Amino acid sequence: MSSGSYIKRPNRPLQFYAILFLIVLYVPVLFLPLFSFNDSIYVRFPLTGFTFQWYIELLDRDQVWASLMNSIKVGVTTSIIATSFGVLAAKAITRYRIPGRGPVVGFIMLPLVVPGIIFGVALLVLISRLGIPLSLYTVTVGHIIVCLPFAIATMIPRFEGFNKSVEEASADLGENAWWTFWRVTFPMMFPGILASLLLTFTVSFDEFIMAFFLSGTDATLPMYIWGQLRFPQAFPSILALASVILLVSFILVFLGQWINRGAQSDSIESNTKT
Amino acid sequence: MTQDNAFISFRNVNKYFGKFQAINDISMDIEHGEFFSLLGPSGCGKTTLLRMLAGFESVSSGEIYIDGQPMSGVPPHHRPINMVFQNYAIFPHLNVRDNIAYGLRKQKLPRAKRNDMVDEMLELIKLPEYGDHKATQLSGGQRQRIALARALILKPKVLLLDEPLGALDKQLREQMQLELRALQKTVGITFVFVTHDQEEALTLSDRIAVMSAGRDLQIDSPTGLYENPVNREVASFIGTMNFFDATVTSVKGDTAMIKVDGLGEVSAPARTVPLLAGNTVSVAIRPEKFSLTDEKPDNAQFTINGQLNNAAYLGERSHYYVSIEGVSQPVAVSAQNRDRATKVEGQNRPVWLSWDSAAIVVLKDV
Repeated sequence: MSSGSYIKRPNRPLQFYAILFLIVLYVPVLFLPLFSFNDSIYVRFPLTGFTFQWYIELLDRDQVWASLMNSIKVGVTTSIIATSFGVLAAKAITRYRIPGRGPVVGFIMLPLVVPGIIFGVALLVLISRLGIPLSLYTVTVGHIIVCLPFAIATMIPRFEGFNKSVEEASADLGENAWWTFWRVTFPMMFPGILASLLLTFTVSFDEFIMAFFLSGTDATLPMYIWGQLRFPQAFPSILALASVILLVSFILVFLGQWINRGAQSDSIESNTKT
Repeated sequence: MTQDNAFISFRNVNKYFGKFQAINDISMDIEHGEFFSLLGPSGCGKTTLLRMLAGFESVSSGEIYIDGQPMSGVPPHHRPINMVFQNYAIFPHLNVRDNIAYGLRKQKLPRAKRNDMVDEMLELIKLPEYGDHKATQLSGGQRQRIALARALILKPKVLLLDEPLGALDKQLREQMQLELRALQKTVGITFVFVTHDQEEALTLSDRIAVMSAGRDLQIDSPTGLYENPVNREVASFIGTMNFFDATVTSVKGDTAMIKVDGLGEVSAPARTVPLLAGNTVSVAIRPEKFSLTDEKPDNAQFTINGQLNNAAYLGERSHYYVSIEGVSQPVAVSAQNRDRATKVEGQNRPVWLSWDSAAIVVLKDV
C-alpha cells in the first residue's frame, strides 16, 4: 500500500509518535519481568545474573496459592454475574426505546470514571451499617460494580450489529422464543459473551482498591502482593508473581479482543453486501 | 366482497401505532394458489399488512383468516406461513445447508431424509454446490434464494415476500422475477408479495392490491388496473397517464357524451362508473393510446392538432410531449419505433393526435 492514496501514504511523524507512545506505556512495565529473572534481592542495575529462583520460591508459598484461588473464585463469580447483567442491560439499551437512554447509559458507565476509592468507601460504609461481615462475597459485590461497565461496553456493539429480523425469521420458521434464543441469539452473541467474561475476569483479577476496602481475612492476589511489599527479601518473588499476572492478563484481554473482532464488521457486511 | 372459499381473508382490519393509523379498514380476499401483490409507495401500510399476516404485528381491530382459521392470538411460529424478509435475514452463524434446514428441527426427521430435502431445495434454487458455504459470503441474489429455500422446505400454505428483489441490481432483479414466477407455478402455493415497484407487480402478479395511506384503493388483475383504474391515484401510480378536466353532457345507454377541456366533445364507454349529465369528471388517456402524425389522419374517431414540444428516443419506443391549446399540461404520447420512418422528427412543429373512444377512461374524481 506504499504507493496508495494520499490517506494511505505512510506518515513518518505519526509512526514515530506511535512508537514513542508504546515505549512510554510499556517500558516501565517491562522492568518487572526483567528483574524477576535477576539473582539479586535488590532491584538495581547492573543485573547480576539470570535465575528462576524467585519463580520456584513462589511455588512453595501456600499463601500465594490460597490468594490465587481466592482471586479466581471472585473473578469467575464476578465475570459470570457482570456479564449476565451486561447482556441484559445492553439488550435493553439497544433494543427498546427507553426514555432518557443517554443519561441511563451515562450512569451505568459512571464506575469507569468515579475513583475506586469512593465506591470502596461507600460500599464499606453501607456494608458495615448493614452488619454484613467483610469476606470474599463483599469483594465480589464491589467487583461486579467495577466490571459491569466493561461488560456492557463489550456487549453493546454486539447488539447494535444484531439484526432483529433474524429472530423474526426464526419465529417464522417455527421456533418459539426459547429455541430462538438458543439457536440464533445466543450463538450470534457468543463471541461477545466470551470476550466480556474474559475482560471482566481480568479486571476483577487485577483489582486492588475494592478488595482493599471490602476483603476480610481472605486476601485476593493483589492484596497479598500489597501485604508482601513490606518484606524486602520477598520482593523478587513478588516481581515474579507480578510478571505472571501481567502475562496472563495480556493473554486474556487479547484473546477476548480477538474473539470479539467481528462485532461490527459482520453487521456492516450484511447491510451493505448485496 | 365476502367469499367463503377465500384462502386468506382480511376482515375490517385496522392497525394503529399510537395515534397513527397505519391500516385503515382493509377487507380483502386472497385465493388459493394465487400470486397476490400489495403495491404502493413507501409508508402506505403494505409491509405492516404483511407483518400482521405473518404475526409480527398484532391487529388493532378486525380479523385475519387463513384457511378459515382466525389468526388473532396465534404467534408467528404457529402460523402456516413462511416469509422471505426484505434483507433476507439469513442466519450468519450457519452455513447454507443449516440455514435451509433450520425449520426442520421439530419434524425430527432422520438425518438422511433431511439431507435429501435440503439437496432437493439446493437443486430447486440452482445452488447445488453451495451447501457448505458460509451464508454470509454469498451474493445478494444467492442469499435471496437461500431465504426462499429455507421457507419453501417447510411446505407452507402461504409464502410472504417483503420486497425480496429490492436490493438486487436491475438485471438480476429481472432474472429473479422470472424465476420467482416459475417457482410459484411449480410449487403451487399462495404467494403474497410486497413491492413498491409497479412494473414488478404487473409482471409477477395474478392480482394486485394498490394501497395508499393505509387503504386499498383497487384490487384487480394487472390488465384491470392498467386499463380500468378506479381513480386518479391508481391511474397515475400504475404507468403514465394523461388527465383532462371534463364535464358529462349526456348519457345514453353504455355511452356517455363528454365535453373535454381542450379536446372537444368525445363519446366514451360509461364502464363501471355511473355517470350523470352534468357530472364533473376526469378523462384519462394512456400515452400509447394516442397516434401521432404529421398530417390529419382520415379515418380516426377523434383528432386534435397541437405543437410537438419534446421527443425522447428510448430504443424500442419514443416519448413525445405535445402541447394542446386549452390543456395545461403537455400531453404525453408514447409510440413504438417500428414505423419510425413515418414519424415526426424535430421540435416545435405542428402535429396531429388521434384516438378512439375505447382509449378513454372516465374517472369520477377530479
